[in-house]
Amino acid sequence: MEIENTAMAGTLESSDIQIMIGKGTDGIKIQLDSDVKKEFGEQIENVIRQTLLANHIDTANVKAVDKGALDCVIKARTLAVANRALGIADKPSWEVL
Amino acid sequence: MAATEERLRRTMMFVPGNNPAMLKDAGIYGADSIMFDLEDAVSLAEKDAARILVYEALMTQDYGNAELVVRINGLDTKFWENDVIAMVKAGIDVIRLPKTESAAMLQQLEEKIVAAEKQFDIPVGTTHMMAAIESAKGVLNAAEIAAASERMIGIALSAEDYTTDLKTHRYPGGAELEFARNMILNSARAAGVAAFDTVFTNTDDVVGFKQETEHIHQLGFDGKSLVNPRQIPMVNAVYAPTDKEIINAKNVLAAIEDARIKGSGVIAMNGQMVDRPVALRAQRVMKLAKASGLVDEDGVILD
Amino acid sequence: MRMVLFLINNVNRSLPEDLMNQLGFKPFKSTTIDSTVVARTPHKVAISTGNDKVLNSIKEVVENNVADGMTISFHHHFREGDFVFNLVMQTIIDAGIKDLTLAPSSLTNVMNDMVVKAIEAGTVTNITSSGMRGTLGDAVSHGALANPVIFRSHGGRARAIEQGDIKIDVAFLGVPNSDRLGNANGMDGEAVFGSLGYALMDAQYADKVVLLTDNIVSYPNTPASIKQTQVDYVVKIDKVGDPDKIGSGATRFTKDPKELKIASTVNDVITNSAYFKDGFSFQTGSGGAALAVTRYLRESMKQNDIRASFALGGITKPMIDLLEEGLVDKIMDVQDFDKGAAESMHTSKNQQEIDASWYADPYNKGAMVDQLDVVILSALEIDTKFNVNVMTGSDGVIRGAVGGHQDAATAKLTIISAPLVRGRIATVVPAVSTVVTPGDSIDVLVTEVGIAINPKRQDLIAAMKKVPSVPVFSIEELEQRASKIVGTPKPIEFTERTVALVEYRDGTIIDAIKEVKD
Repeated sequence: MEIENTAMAGTLESSDIQIMIGKGTDGIKIQLDSDVKKEFGEQIENVIRQTLLANHIDTANVKAVDKGALDCVIKARTLAVANRALGIADKPSWEVL
Repeated sequence: MAATEERLRRTMMFVPGNNPAMLKDAGIYGADSIMFDLEDAVSLAEKDAARILVYEALMTQDYGNAELVVRINGLDTKFWENDVIAMVKAGIDVIRLPKTESAAMLQQLEEKIVAAEKQFDIPVGTTHMMAAIESAKGVLNAAEIAAASERMIGIALSAEDYTTDLKTHRYPGGAELEFARNMILNSARAAGVAAFDTVFTNTDDVVGFKQETEHIHQLGFDGKSLVNPRQIPMVNAVYAPTDKEIINAKNVLAAIEDARIKGSGVIAMNGQMVDRPVALRAQRVMKLAKASGLVDEDGVILD
Repeated sequence: MRMVLFLINNVNRSLPEDLMNQLGFKPFKSTTIDSTVVARTPHKVAISTGNDKVLNSIKEVVENNVADGMTISFHHHFREGDFVFNLVMQTIIDAGIKDLTLAPSSLTNVMNDMVVKAIEAGTVTNITSSGMRGTLGDAVSHGALANPVIFRSHGGRARAIEQGDIKIDVAFLGVPNSDRLGNANGMDGEAVFGSLGYALMDAQYADKVVLLTDNIVSYPNTPASIKQTQVDYVVKIDKVGDPDKIGSGATRFTKDPKELKIASTVNDVITNSAYFKDGFSFQTGSGGAALAVTRYLRESMKQNDIRASFALGGITKPMIDLLEEGLVDKIMDVQDFDKGAAESMHTSKNQQEIDASWYADPYNKGAMVDQLDVVILSALEIDTKFNVNVMTGSDGVIRGAVGGHQDAATAKLTIISAPLVRGRIATVVPAVSTVVTPGDSIDVLVTEVGIAINPKRQDLIAAMKKVPSVPVFSIEELEQRASKIVGTPKPIEFTERTVALVEYRDGTIIDAIKEVKD
């Protein structure tokens, strides 16, 4: 599935991650800004990618600003932004939670 | 709900549902119940994100032995059904319904819970409910609300909306809340569920908070809803039994044990009969003493 | 590539053998300080009647007194409000002087860019300091300086100065007041900071002592912390510092529930230990949690009718309140963190200014830290051997300071107060990135979820078992709990090159910091 609408979820508060998603051209491209990029950058990108793929999104441009979020927060924000971009925030697919 | 009657519910700590830092730390303060808020603490635009965030937190974070409660959005919103589906799937202990005015509202909620439990293969009846009463109508219907379902574990007073409904506001003495508090307490006790007092929002007014907590403790409330973890030790201190109460409770329990060994039907202590209410109170005192760190596992008083 | 051989010290850290030999360092062995006799280093005295000390030009002082290859020093009592350091360093860079060793008591953020500039100009080629942060820490961690930085504790610096390991040619010391001969203190004037504790070492041992002040007062100036017998020049400048940035201003108690929970548990540990009795002594430091500990401790002291004989270290207003309430008999003051503490020094004869040697030097005839019962210290990281890192971040980059950490950890009850995790970074880790204070000195770790006690303190383990409000875990359990929350970070990559050595307080090397690979 491809992303049609640009969407955003999450905040810039400590322990949160703000994720923006938009139409992509070549797979999932992630641009990550994080104070813990050295230690956890790969892991953060991995969680975002896996969560999008589980939602059948395989082409998108993602911009993420991480403020030390745990994996569960990264997953939650990715799901929220994906639902918003797909226009299903009011009718999410509960199976993929 | 006899099964959960004896659970300690001194402190029910509110945690804003869209705040990752607070969700992460909610388990460290020793609250008896943690209440994740999807309602007032979350703006309309973030309802979807908060719901998912609380879901993921419930699936991954360690909240120890705390009872986990979620306040869903009201039945008059377009959010509550999704809230119920997500929280039932997450295995939440209790769903708290805001602005409850009748037993019928809880039955409407229960229908949705049953559907969700079936959808996710969760045994029907697993998810408990509680009601927040925030209006004059709700207070007058407190008895039917408390007894609305086998799933009910308690009812809570929510004083901000209630005082507005009464055309008054909150005063330090709390005279404006006396009727509601007594209605809610008696309704809860009649139905065999817990009674929770309202929040005290000025976290810097330590003296006022202590006075209010002592008052509701005296009335018989199980505990209070709290807006700040700093209030937890203060509530626990009010609910901690005195040494005298602990010694008396231990004597009662010893007399019961003594009678059991002797096979005696009548239990007496210091020439007085120990009946069921006395025994129950003694058990509760010992439970509170343990939770307050006043006695060790064997009931020995620590100095 | 050339083979690098390593020495392994007693906290199991690899130290580069050739560098150790070249610099004459020995690896760390033990926290025990041997009884021995040491010599103090001599220093030069330029004889004068004192009538020509006042100058109006930093340039003149620099040109006549600073030469290539010398060691120059500064103090950091002005903290983030310091104007003196940048003024002097810029003048030295402009004079084209090269190969200096920079030996300040510490480096604050306001000095970072100027130090980087001095390194790039070749003006500074060696640094010894308590610590560094920000752009400077980043530059050093990326190999900006050819020679390794030597990090020393406040007590270790005092020892190094007395023994001649640091031989200061010229000390540039900013003061908020001085008379024309150099009698000066930290208590009067616009830019007051209170105790001159760290600077007193420089004033006593440097060959040349230059005071810089914006406030020349009538002679003789009393009380004199720095004395006219020690001072070569008094330079008048416009402003020595920004008063608003020197201290933290009015001290605010934290409202962060997590910090309060940790502080309350720290207090439970102290009050349930054998050390909490009339006449005990303690050091709490600054920062939100430390101030909250002071507040809880105050309540407990009042309730139990217990008074402390002295409080030590960096002093804050809440500590002064304890003094004024009669809960603490004396304050032994090496530096002040806020205006309230700085100002009360004036009026209270029970607030004694002490120098860094008196405070913490292991090689003298008795330091205050050796008399200390209880200390509360912080940590960036602590590992399962209780070793503490206060120097490098989880990314391996220098962003901290030894401060008095190693020194005060010699207290009878050393408590580390730290959250289990900060954001996504674990504080309790399998192995710290840099050992600053050996685990042997650490007795208890207090986190928001509970405490861990060093297994060698069975007495404390027995005492804390009786306190139900304080959950006791093994340090391994806390480490696993932290790791479960944040996950496993990717190991930091370093090059073979050593960018800094961390001394233990006795001058042995406790760890080497490597250049980070990006």
